Amino acid sequence: MKNTQGEVWVFAEQEEGKLSEVPFELLGKARELADRLGVKVGAVLMGSGVEALAKPLFEGGADVVHLVDDPALKVFRNKAYRHAMVELVKEANPQIVIFGATHMGRDLGPSVASALRCGLTADCTDLQIGDYTDKKTGEEFKNVLMQIRPAFGGNIIATIVNARNWPQMATVREGVMKPLPRDAARGGDVVRHGAHLDGVEIPVEVVEIIRKTSSINLKGARVIVCGGAGVGSKENFKLLHDLAAALGGAVGGSRAAVDLGYCEHERQIGQTGVTVRPALMISCGVSGAVQHLAGMKDSAKIIAINTDKDAPIFQVAHYGIVGDLNVVVPKLIKAIKQ
Amino acid sequence: MKSYNCVVCVKQVPDTKRVTGDAMKADGTINRAALPAIFNPEDKCALEAALRVKETYGGTVTVITMGLPAAKAILREALMCGADRAVLVTDRKAAGSDTLATSYILSQAVKKFNPDLVFCGRQAIDGDTAQVGPQIGEKLDCAVVTYLEKLELDGDVAIATRDIGTGVETCRAQLPALFTVTERLGELRPFLMRRVMEFKNAEPEMLDCAAIGCEDSRCGFAGSPTSVNKIESVVLAGGDFKEVSATDDGIAGLVAELVKDHTIG
Repeated sequence: MKNTQGEVWVFAEQEEGKLSEVPFELLGKARELADRLGVKVGAVLMGSGVEALAKPLFEGGADVVHLVDDPALKVFRNKAYRHAMVELVKEANPQIVIFGATHMGRDLGPSVASALRCGLTADCTDLQIGDYTDKKTGEEFKNVLMQIRPAFGGNIIATIVNARNWPQMATVREGVMKPLPRDAARGGDVVRHGAHLDGVEIPVEVVEIIRKTSSINLKGARVIVCGGAGVGSKENFKLLHDLAAALGGAVGGSRAAVDLGYCEHERQIGQTGVTVRPALMISCGVSGAVQHLAGMKDSAKIIAINTDKDAPIFQVAHYGIVGDLNVVVPKLIKAIKQ
Repeated sequence: MKSYNCVVCVKQVPDTKRVTGDAMKADGTINRAALPAIFNPEDKCALEAALRVKETYGGTVTVITMGLPAAKAILREALMCGADRAVLVTDRKAAGSDTLATSYILSQAVKKFNPDLVFCGRQAIDGDTAQVGPQIGEKLDCAVVTYLEKLELDGDVAIATRDIGTGVETCRAQLPALFTVTERLGELRPFLMRRVMEFKNAEPEMLDCAAIGCEDSRCGFAGSPTSVNKIESVVLAGGDFKEVSATDDGIAGLVAELVKDHTIG
């Protein structure tokens, strides 16, 4: 049922009792949408013994935290989380539900949408409130969620609406929405809900989780040096690490560089990798496939270094250096050190 | 030892990595006809997962796709690689299906084969939604294991290793189960030469929505809650960057500018 007074929800995913940055990115956008609609922001917090996480969620923009605390929700399992979430949506009837396009969100979101038979738009890069006219019937809808996402390998940007079957649901690309500054003075209401899992058989048991102890943090990096196929070898990639070190930045790679084995998969920037928007992106030997550009074009400053002056990367660059990166990068390191 | 019936859901997709200017129509939409149609890459990995199960434990591999008759091409490829049965669900009623309607139709088709294991590629390269797999799983109400990297079977239990983004999880899933498979599972094996000749003109079994018991109201446009409001082709702004010469002076000047505007330093 369409509840135009319903809250705007974010699914505040946690692992091992910790929230990542993603729920805060979602809250930043949810706050904007809810203020436009004149409704509250609700954060859905699921897990076991996680009530303490309500406070940071209030500080990040939530008005209400819907807490579902149950031992069966200790680790994420599709069926348990899906079931609890579906019951919660039926009970509280939000108008919008946003998930992070993380592994968990892209597992849970579609399952919940399927069970509720409502729409879900994947991997949105923007969400807005607007009016929509059904071109076939001429029917008009006020204040619906415009779900904006790249599709077709990043070659088109589509705006999707879900005007009839509410709640309107979307997953949102990581690193795209801006979190609000945390406000320690903000508080809100914790509303407890049951998980409704009595008698529900959960067909999956988690045996072991090995967390990545990756030191690669592209999202948090202020400066990123990114290499492409043009770097030419894994050895040459060391040069990029030297440049990043000189700037206190991180090293990323295009899909081509990852496929060629020049750098680790965790470093991949682009549509199927990480979306980044650092203060400075130095792009070395990257041709600039549209899938790659989709993941980095919002960097504040982009320097492109490429031997091919017609490479598409130059279309998004603020500074372009046409030349061999093996010559240019050492010069850059030298200039920075001075 | 138990053997397993596997169903693999596959999709024929336009090769979005090859979009060039010619593939864009004047109105900014994609001319799909100008792009080569290929076997969705991660669906190939899903097929490989099923073929490995058959190889190790015995059983059958049935490949299902929903699409136009042209999609027979990828079903033939699957047969050439070792699949036993190929099924094409094709129906005008399915036109305009979003992920919810697609997963409904495919789940109806999958049910017909009563599988122990269902494999889907994690996502298709035209939509990149990764939604259809988990949604089929919800409709089958079976165990759902996404981002599968490795699989072993022990009676009625699957021991699966999956990528959870922040690490790697090992879980035990009760069969029947649905898996979405990533490239990390491994590449699809090459065609078997003797099967290439055998299946190059093979005709798949054809099913329409009625044959798999679909309600019309849940198929195609009627069964799709989402609609596309607007499509814009990506026009990258800019093009007027500042060219810096690859000399010591040029680069020193660039660094000085970045320091001055507080980008670095």
